[in-house]
Amino acid sequence: MTIGDVGERDETGKAPPEAGRARLERARRGRLVAGVCRGLADHLGIDVLVVRGAFVLLTVASGIGVAAYGAFWVLVGSTPPPDAVAGESAADPPRRDWRQLLAYTAVAAGLSMLTWGAGFAEAALWPFVAGAIGAAILWQQADRDQRERWVLPLRQRWWRTLLGLLLVVGGTGGFVVRNVDAAQARSVVIAMLVIATGVAVIVTPWAVRLWQDLEAERNERVRSQERAELAAHIHDSVLHTLTLIQRNAQDTAEVQRLARSQERTLRAWLYQPKPEEGGTFASVVKDVTGEVEDAHGVQIEVVVVGDCPLDDRVGAIVQAAREAMVNAAKYSGTKSVSVFAEVEGDEVTIFVRDRGKGFDLEGVPADRMGVRGSIIGRMERNGGTATVRTAPGEGTEVRLEITRQ
Amino acid sequence: MSESPLRRVVLVDDHQMFRTGVKAELGGSVEIVGEAGDVDEAVAVIRATTPDVVLLDVHLPGGGGIEVLRRLTGSVPSRFLALSVSDAAEDVIGVVRGGARGYVTKTISGPELTDAIDRVAEGDAVFSPRLAGFVLDAFAASDVPSVDPELDQITQRERDVLRLIARGYAYKEIAKELFISVKTVETHVSSVLRKLQLSNRHELSRWAAARRLV
Repeated sequence: MTIGDVGERDETGKAPPEAGRARLERARRGRLVAGVCRGLADHLGIDVLVVRGAFVLLTVASGIGVAAYGAFWVLVGSTPPPDAVAGESAADPPRRDWRQLLAYTAVAAGLSMLTWGAGFAEAALWPFVAGAIGAAILWQQADRDQRERWVLPLRQRWWRTLLGLLLVVGGTGGFVVRNVDAAQARSVVIAMLVIATGVAVIVTPWAVRLWQDLEAERNERVRSQERAELAAHIHDSVLHTLTLIQRNAQDTAEVQRLARSQERTLRAWLYQPKPEEGGTFASVVKDVTGEVEDAHGVQIEVVVVGDCPLDDRVGAIVQAAREAMVNAAKYSGTKSVSVFAEVEGDEVTIFVRDRGKGFDLEGVPADRMGVRGSIIGRMERNGGTATVRTAPGEGTEVRLEITRQ
Repeated sequence: MSESPLRRVVLVDDHQMFRTGVKAELGGSVEIVGEAGDVDEAVAVIRATTPDVVLLDVHLPGGGGIEVLRRLTGSVPSRFLALSVSDAAEDVIGVVRGGARGYVTKTISGPELTDAIDRVAEGDAVFSPRLAGFVLDAFAASDVPSVDPELDQITQRERDVLRLIARGYAYKEIAKELFISVKTVETHVSSVLRKLQLSNRHELSRWAAARRLV
């Protein structure tokens, strides 16, 4: 009953900004009560266990430990809270492990009892001290293990704590039974139980509140990570594009291109569950469409129905479609193109259509490679067909068909 | 299309900037009788003004366009046209099945939008190329035995019409291409809309996750 009931938690007050590493501050991270011991240990560069042990001994010996602790608590400021958004994900949030605290309390309580309690044989003292210290170390070990898997459900932790309590009580009881006679042993065990129950009663509401705070902190951390990720993405893409748009405000075509390409990226990020690796017909058609949009400053409305894996022929039809899109972008005189691609069984069909000025197919000079070579020729070489439907003033539609291998 | 009184339209979108843009695009071709920025506002405004057509954003604070449809179903004579930037199939299919008579993307031009409003006001359906693509995908020939063939399959003719819509053809062009009247095209599209709204094809209920979007 020494440290445990000193207080509940410190105020998350404002502290002066961090000045130096070894500055004496009450630690937020890894604290048990108010972070005094941890802070002292960090400041002095010694193991926190030693500092805590010292406080426990001081308390047991004369009660001055509590007073000293209280003085430190009041006089020493706490470390500033970590920056939530920039906080490294691996860092533990400030929290207390009240079970470790329980262990120290148990040690202190046991020592007090042995020191002040009447009728103990001198010989019983040291095994008991050893047992208590052993138990404390065990507690600490269990705690470290626990720390790695601290996402385990609350209930399980309660069970472990209960088990730990029983072990401590039973262990010390066993020592006492072995070293003192039966009548005394019984009263000691009862005293232990009473103390343990008292500690539990005092600690439970506090622990529950700590747990709730902890959960809240953890949720907040998850949220802030999501926000940070979103912010990072928006920064890398959208803000960057907006800057470029401002810089190119006079160049309408460039502004449109930037906006379109950003829109596409954002859409892909928002609505596509995961990028398809390797590439399928549908994804390649969309990629190609995007490239043509960017390169030629047109708007292409693309609709893809069905999908299939890529092979040489599928690749060929997509390339031919690309050429048709480029032609539409360059020569049709309109800024919007429709692309419809469909896979139905083994048949792959792509339509590329514009409502531009159209042209006289017969009048195309023989040296114009675009239509004859890149579209019709390519399709025929791969066993497919290409049909161009156009007339001056009627727009152009290129229909590409191929059967998959 | 109609020379007579202007269509009375309510504009529902949570972006003021976008509403202003649409109003500018539409100019004087329709009468904007109300605007709303979230679900509650939309329900109140539509109840109060009973417009011919509601231009309904798919994504809205308070439950989305689908929530507006759900609350108003059967209680107002207004017709709904969904308007969205979303490419997500479940959003689009969701509002159409919720009762919207069509879906267009926000990139649509002013005259096209006016045309779409007219068509919806007259009880026809409006399919953007993208929606046509969704439907073709959802009703793709499959071996799954259908519970109700009348609703669970689309006819070859309807498929032809949808393909042409997906290819970027206007109704007039489709009519010319298929040697049918514009009215017949509209009938086909409305029939597809009905199937889309009523069919229980499992693709429609849980397809979005399995399919690529767009």
